[in-house]
Amino acid sequence: MMRSPLRTVLLACGAVGVGVLAWAGFTPIETRTGADREELFEIPRGTWARRMKGEDLGILPDEIRLTLGIRDMLVLRNLDEVPQIFGPTLMMPGQSFRLPFEQAAEYQFACSAHASGQMRVIVYPYPATPWARIMWRARRL
Amino acid sequence: MNARTLRPILLTLAALVAGPAASAPALKAGVFEPPRAAPQFSLQSSSGGKLELHSYRGKVVILGFGFTWCTDVCPVTLATLAQARRKLGAAADEVQVVYITVDPARDNPARMKEYLHAFDPTFIGGTGGADELAAVRKDYGIVAEKHVKGSSYSVAHSSFIYLIDRRGQLRALMPYGRGPDDYVHDLQILLAE
Repeated sequence: MMRSPLRTVLLACGAVGVGVLAWAGFTPIETRTGADREELFEIPRGTWARRMKGEDLGILPDEIRLTLGIRDMLVLRNLDEVPQIFGPTLMMPGQSFRLPFEQAAEYQFACSAHASGQMRVIVYPYPATPWARIMWRARRL
Repeated sequence: MNARTLRPILLTLAALVAGPAASAPALKAGVFEPPRAAPQFSLQSSSGGKLELHSYRGKVVILGFGFTWCTDVCPVTLATLAQARRKLGAAADEVQVVYITVDPARDNPARMKEYLHAFDPTFIGGTGGADELAAVRKDYGIVAEKHVKGSSYSVAHSSFIYLIDRRGQLRALMPYGRGPDDYVHDLQILLAE
């Protein structure tokens, strides 16, 4: 029996798709330790001076996404020469702030650095099921 | 070299080998590195007289900002702190909760005392002039914004809680929503230092 080239291509694409989904769903995601779990945001040196000149510097995104067991430590660091309100808190020059998360949830922080006055941190549970692993990998694309 | 001379050297070496992770157990709260001295303030205390942060040196201070007319964040936070103190048992005597108002127009010392005592009679409130309180908020990076609702108003404010160690260092920040067990965990670590 002859197969049309289109049918062959579609079958091949389908097989590749199933393979990718199977890989994404069944390949375990290793939990991380130490600094590998950190999501780091830094205020660079000279930020205050640049803001004073009228530059609009978006350092922190409106929304930060973390995943338990993989990247669940928010680290903010002020490398500027003046104190800065960064995320939820006031930070001195050279100071860092490390906030661990242990509960999957959506967290709202008052943050004067954002136009909305809010910074949102979404913490996802550790992707333990095939579907969760697929979704976690898809978010990283 | 005698044992007396050798001991501090060995302790220093042990601390270096163990590293910072071993010497400082992880807190559940967000941690400042390096910590800075908690800014001092002198306000009116809900228990009468002055409320001065330095007078609590030697205790662990839990410092929060809010107001007595708050209908959501403050009652939850204060109930959590009261529960954490109860869970600490006798060690709670070494912990002082200080709550500073962001609404001085309505929160006088008597009003704060009545409100805070409903959660825990040991809680101390702080109030004062609008400018004094604004200066304290600035020192601690606290945001407070008045929102008028008809004939009344509310104050949107930072909802986190600071943890200040026995030496007066601003060590950590607990985000809103954490339970009493997280506070107990961190307080036990800070009290053990």
